[in-house]
Amino acid sequence: MSLINAQNIVKRFGSFTAVDGISFGVHKGEFFGLLGPNGAGKTSAIRMTYGFSPLTSGGMHLFGMDIKTQWRQIRSRLGICHQDNTLDPDLTVEQNLLIYARYFEMDKARAKARAEELLKFFALRNKRGDKVMQLSGGLARRLQLARALMPEPELIILDEPTTGLDPQSRHQVWDRLLALKKQGLTMLLTTHYMEEAESLCNRLVIMDQGRIIARGRPRDLIEEHAAESVIEIEGPGEELKTYVRQGNVKYDDLGERILIYTDSRGDLENEVRNRFCMESCLFRAGNLEDVFLRLTGRELRE
Amino acid sequence: MNQVNLHAISLRFRHVWFRNLTTYRRIWKVNFMVPLLEPGFYILAFGLGFSGLIGGVKYAGMSLEYTQFMAPALVATACMWNAFFETTYASFVRMYFQKTFDGMLATPLSLEEIILAEIVWAASKAAAAVAIMVSVLMAIGYANFPGALMCVPLAFVGGLAFACIGMFFTGLIPTIDMFNLPIFLFITPMFLFSGTFFPISGIPEWAGVFSLLFPLYHLVELTRFFCIGAIESNPVFNLAYLSLFILLFGYLALLFMKRRLIK
Repeated sequence: MSLINAQNIVKRFGSFTAVDGISFGVHKGEFFGLLGPNGAGKTSAIRMTYGFSPLTSGGMHLFGMDIKTQWRQIRSRLGICHQDNTLDPDLTVEQNLLIYARYFEMDKARAKARAEELLKFFALRNKRGDKVMQLSGGLARRLQLARALMPEPELIILDEPTTGLDPQSRHQVWDRLLALKKQGLTMLLTTHYMEEAESLCNRLVIMDQGRIIARGRPRDLIEEHAAESVIEIEGPGEELKTYVRQGNVKYDDLGERILIYTDSRGDLENEVRNRFCMESCLFRAGNLEDVFLRLTGRELRE
Repeated sequence: MNQVNLHAISLRFRHVWFRNLTTYRRIWKVNFMVPLLEPGFYILAFGLGFSGLIGGVKYAGMSLEYTQFMAPALVATACMWNAFFETTYASFVRMYFQKTFDGMLATPLSLEEIILAEIVWAASKAAAAVAIMVSVLMAIGYANFPGALMCVPLAFVGGLAFACIGMFFTGLIPTIDMFNLPIFLFITPMFLFSGTFFPISGIPEWAGVFSLLFPLYHLVELTRFFCIGAIESNPVFNLAYLSLFILLFGYLALLFMKRRLIK
């Protein structure tokens, strides 16, 4: 069953088209990723999903209900974690959770118990009386996630949940998210950390300039658009360049560096290793970042 | 697209009101100092310094001491400042810097409910300040007991009027320092020409017409009526004007805030 069903959604701001007719569905129990460079339209798409931004055209259904008319019922079953810190700085850590529960008209005793549970889950119990202003970036993000989970949502929407966090905090957030996945939660997330998308998402779409340019499971996308294995060669000689150009080889010539995409059989890999890899060759597994860069280009965007 | 949707308003707005009360409770002692001490300061200053120059004021056929005339107006202007300040600077900070409204819009609350709650909260705060002020005035004999108690519900109504127009400006102005403009062009002349410091009956008729447009004028008249039992205008008309003002600017506040926030 699809918890989210976006049909050909469009968002225009004046003459600028932020989202240019995309469709996707998110199934119960899966983690679904929305990837893309800055300005690809991810946040606009997310905002249309939970009914913050009205759709210019198209249809958006969550839990089988139309976001245009049944936004209140939909939002009462959703947890949303914004990209910006939208915690209430005038309130303490625990008050942030309890006041938020009021907006959902949660039963008081249940809210109290739920807050306790989440403070424990996110290791915030000894911070409960702290002011939000005093929290570090990582703690604030954990609190924001906890707050999104307060109403016991069936679906959570996360807009760049780990942007701006240090590696420790980021891994902590990922651990928590994976634990939630085991509990059967459904998630829609945007990110531009490819590692995050690869390890968390069952399926994902890659967006660029308001459109979806690829979709599928991370492994399949890597196989289709990059390769299982990648050889990176620094300072490639002319001989190598001629070799890749003439052979039936999937590669990217970046000038100072050549990336060669190979399969698992290893024939090509062995040949390159023996003929060209006297020094500075890197053999690694293909990843989503390769896919992303191949599809959305490597040049700096304005 | 960004029309005001009155069907999106439910009693849920009270949760946002409660949120504001929760944050206010942490600083209430400081907030209560002002209305507690302010009347004393003014009455001392005007009583000691001013009455020697002026003597008395003729108002509604009565001869009043200047401080007696002015004390009820203090209550009305305090109501104005409390409500206006809350939906301008305080709401702007919540909306723009703290992104509190963005957080709330991820819950089953509608924007209409959030804005309504801000306005009702501002009016409640104004009524609380006025409750303290009239208590002080009654204690020192500048307001009738129990008539002046009516100033508290009245301050809620007046607070709604100033909160609505404040919220309208919040929906309109681009940056927080631009609030200087409505304060300079609207609040200051209103503060001076609403029968606060001198009776409107004493100024030329053309000037008095402008005063009639100011909501503060109507609030000052009603406050004086409840405090000392004297009035130069028609209280029913005053109340009707305030009600219309609330409806008009309440609607405009919703409209402009929606245009500002929903993209």
